[in-house]
Amino acid sequence: MINIVWLVFLVSGICYGGWNGRIEFITQSAISAAEGAVALSFKLIGVMCLWLGILKIAEKAGIVNFFSWLIGPIIRCLFPTVPKNHPAIGAITMTVSANMLGLGNAVTPFGIKAMQELKKLNNDKDTASAGMCTLLALCTTGFTLVPATIIAIRSAAGSTNPAEIVGTTLIVSLLATMVALLVDRICQLLSKRPARRRPR
Amino acid sequence: MDLLGSLSVWIMPLLILLIPVIGFLRRVKVYEAFVEGASEGFQTAIRIMPFLVAMMVAVNVFRISGAMDLFINSFAPLLSFIGVPPELVPLAIMRPLSGTGALGLTTELLNTYGPDSMTGKIASTVLGSTDTTFYILTVYFGAVGIRNPRYSVIVGLVGDLVGFLSSIYICNYFFSW
Repeated sequence: MINIVWLVFLVSGICYGGWNGRIEFITQSAISAAEGAVALSFKLIGVMCLWLGILKIAEKAGIVNFFSWLIGPIIRCLFPTVPKNHPAIGAITMTVSANMLGLGNAVTPFGIKAMQELKKLNNDKDTASAGMCTLLALCTTGFTLVPATIIAIRSAAGSTNPAEIVGTTLIVSLLATMVALLVDRICQLLSKRPARRRPR
Repeated sequence: MDLLGSLSVWIMPLLILLIPVIGFLRRVKVYEAFVEGASEGFQTAIRIMPFLVAMMVAVNVFRISGAMDLFINSFAPLLSFIGVPPELVPLAIMRPLSGTGALGLTTELLNTYGPDSMTGKIASTVLGSTDTTFYILTVYFGAVGIRNPRYSVIVGLVGDLVGFLSSIYICNYFFSW
């Protein structure tokens, strides 16, 4: 799936660019995007260190456990493959909480931490497990209570009521999250069948 | 409404204040714990790099070549048929591909149509309620070396589509009276 999407981006981009007479921009943009990706990973190092450090303190102080106790039951329903009391539950809880608080760049380190915990439960090292796909579904729809960036750009554009969209954002992201989780569960059920047949 | 604004400014410093203080009160060696956690940061960020290069090069080539505009133009009639205003179509395509691109488009829409216009409100809701699917997929799976994301792409894109369409319908419903 991802192979086809990636190839379609490249093939359609280069072919259309060539036909369009924009071929010299292609080389430029490919190189500058590669450089930009490296710069972005370097930028991530600082953010990752900061929030993983804070997360470690939260773990040792029992704050993560407190959050797991608070919304853990819901998380356990969404991730039936994760055993009870596994550290993955705590990490997923922190990711969802950070997402809800609109913490922006703190969500990524927490999410990656949760992915690492889920990977420990995964037998196949290259292929995403059902739990990983569910976590990704939760994060790509990004359920947020405080959309800070949007409030900021709205007030910069001179809005009389920058926070007016908070209500609609909440409803829409709740709806999108629920649909994504539903589709995730359907895909999970559909993809299970061939895997079961194979051992025979 | 000022409360929400100041909450979004205060939340990060408050967390960086409260977590170490609570840790200290619960007898955690806060400095040592922080360094222990932070030492994983470098490795993780470096592991993401090849994934990020692959995805950003492909997306950028797709955008710069004009293939994305072609894609947008061919989708516009279909989307306007189901009630999507034509000026919002580029945002729908950009949202899952590039976070900075979508932010730029939204800022442009807010400046052109006004942040308090219906278009401005819908664009703000779209930006606030969904995330950059391809970026999240690349970074989260890249960090743990997952090369085959299976059906996640579809799930993420369906989430984006639902977010986009319901933004339009829900904003039209809420802000029209």
